[in-house]
Amino acid sequence: MELSFKEQAMLRGEMGEPVRNALKLQLEVGKFYGARRFVRVKNVHMMGDIEVMGDSGLEYLRCTREKRAHCSVDITTNARCADFAHAEALGQDMGEIAKERTLIGYLADMNVMTTDTCINYQTLYQPHLGEHVAWGDTGTVIYANSVFGARSNFEAGPAALAAGLTGRTPEYGFHLDEHRRGTFVVKVDATLGDFAGWGALGKIVGESHQDYFSVPVFDGIGSAPTSDGFKHLGASLASYGSMAMFHMVGVTPEAPTVEQALGGRTSAETMTVRQADIDAVFRRYDIGDGRCNLVVFSGPQQSLFEMKCLAELFAGKRVHPGSRVFVTTAHSILADARRLGYAQALEAAGVTILAGVCFYILQNLSQMRIANGWTNLVSNSAKLVNTITAHRFNTILRRTAECVEVAVSGVVK
Amino acid sequence: MSKVLATISVERAFGPVVEGEAVLSSEGFSPRYDLDRWSGVITKRGHKLEGVQIRDTILFFPTAKGGVAAGWAFSDIRSKSIAPKAFVFGRTNPVMVQGAVFANITITEGWSQDPFEVVRTGDVVRIDPGRKVIEVLSRKAT
Repeated sequence: MELSFKEQAMLRGEMGEPVRNALKLQLEVGKFYGARRFVRVKNVHMMGDIEVMGDSGLEYLRCTREKRAHCSVDITTNARCADFAHAEALGQDMGEIAKERTLIGYLADMNVMTTDTCINYQTLYQPHLGEHVAWGDTGTVIYANSVFGARSNFEAGPAALAAGLTGRTPEYGFHLDEHRRGTFVVKVDATLGDFAGWGALGKIVGESHQDYFSVPVFDGIGSAPTSDGFKHLGASLASYGSMAMFHMVGVTPEAPTVEQALGGRTSAETMTVRQADIDAVFRRYDIGDGRCNLVVFSGPQQSLFEMKCLAELFAGKRVHPGSRVFVTTAHSILADARRLGYAQALEAAGVTILAGVCFYILQNLSQMRIANGWTNLVSNSAKLVNTITAHRFNTILRRTAECVEVAVSGVVK
Repeated sequence: MSKVLATISVERAFGPVVEGEAVLSSEGFSPRYDLDRWSGVITKRGHKLEGVQIRDTILFFPTAKGGVAAGWAFSDIRSKSIAPKAFVFGRTNPVMVQGAVFANITITEGWSQDPFEVVRTGDVVRIDPGRKVIEVLSRKAT
C-alpha cells in the first residue's frame, strides 16, 4: 500500500505504540483486499462489550489504554450486553457485568464516546454523500452506504478502534465506486407496510444472495420506506446476506434510475418478490405448541417513532401473566420517550425497556433462556430472529401488531 | 514434506501455514449466530454443522453470514483454546478478515474449485497463505 509521510511515521511508532499497532492491523486487512491506500475518516462507530470480547479483549483494551491510546477522531460505541439497571433482575452474571463497567472506563479513557447505540445513523451522526466513515455493526454500515450515500465497509471492533486511533481506514470495498454499483435487480410487487415486511424482503433477498459484494437494486417500491423501514430492510439484508449496500430506484441517492444504480453494468439477474413470497416467509416458521412467553422488539434498537407506535399498540393492554416483553432502545431515545410518556405507557402494560443494549447480545442469554423457560421467541425484527439462534431459541417473525397480540395472549398463531 | 493428493488455489489469504482436519459445511457461518463461544460447538438449531466441535479444525464455509462479532470473537475463542486452525471461505466479509488478522488465525477467500469435489470432512489438509493454496495431505480412514 502507498503510505503518506504521516502514515509512515505512524508505522515507525512516532505517534505511539497503539497507533503503530492499529495501522499494522489495518495494513494487513488492506493487503488482503488489495487496497492501494488509506482514506481519512472523521467518524467511527465501534462494537465493544464483554460478551463478545471476553477476558482477552478486556486485557487488550487494558494494555492499549495503558500505552496512552487516544482516539484522534469522533468515535462512538454500539449497543452493549447489559443495561446496568436491569442486569441483576435479569439474572446476568454480576462478575461479568463488573467487567463491562471496567471496559466502559477503558474506552472512555481512550477518548471513545460510549453512546451504546446501534442506531447511530438516527440518533448521532448523519454522514454526507460520499463521506468516508468506519462503522461497525453491519446494520449501521448498510444504512450509511445505501441511504446516506456515505462510504464504509463492515468495521469490526478491533478494526473500528484502529480507525479511531489512526483516523483512517484502508480503501477497498465500498469506499470504491466499482463496488457500489448494483449487481442484480429486485422487482418488488408487494405491499410491505410493517417493519417485519421490510425485514422479510431483506431475508428473501439476502438469504438467496449471501455475498458481501452483492448489491441489490430494488425497483418498483410503491411507497418509499421511512427511516425505520430502511433500518429493518438494511439490517435484514446485512444479517441474512452479509450485504453492505443496496439501492432503491428513485429513493436512495445513488439510484435515480435502474441504469444509474447499475453503473453501466448489465444486470446479471433480475428477481421478483411478490406478495405471496412475503406472506410465505411468515407462514414458514415452526411455532411448535403455539405457546410463547417471550416477545422482543429489538435488533436494531427502537427509534422514538417505534416507541410511540408500541405505546399506542399496548395502550389499555397487559402483558400475559408469565410472559416477558422486552423493548430495547438508545439512552437518548429512552429519555425522550419518558418525557413524552411513551415509556410509562409501555411499562404500565408490563413491558420491560432496556437502554443501551440489543437483546441478542445480552450477557448470559443462553442461561437466561433456560432459567425462564423460553423457547419460542416472537419479534418483528427479521434480523433478531436470525442473529439470536446460537442460543437455541426457536424464533418466529411476526408483524408488529401481531407481536403485541402474542405478548397479550401468550399464544402465537 | 508430505505428499500432496490434491490442490485448490485461493484468491486471498492471510496467516501462518497450518495443517489440520477439514470440516466442510454447505451452510455459511457467523460466530454470533451459529457458535457457542464458550464450548466451541456449533449450536444453531438446524445448522449443517450442528453439534460439531470446531477446535483445531480447518473449517470450510461457502459464505460468511452477517454480524460484526467476529472482530473480537475470534480472538476470544482463540484465548479459550477453542479456535479452529483456519477459516476457508468461498466468499467472506471484512469482519471475518479483520477478526482473523487480529487473532492471527489463518483465513482464505475464494477457491479455484468447489472443495466438496476434492476434500471430505476428516481429510487432513494444509493451508499455505503465502502460496495461496489448500493441499490435501491424507484421506480420512474409512
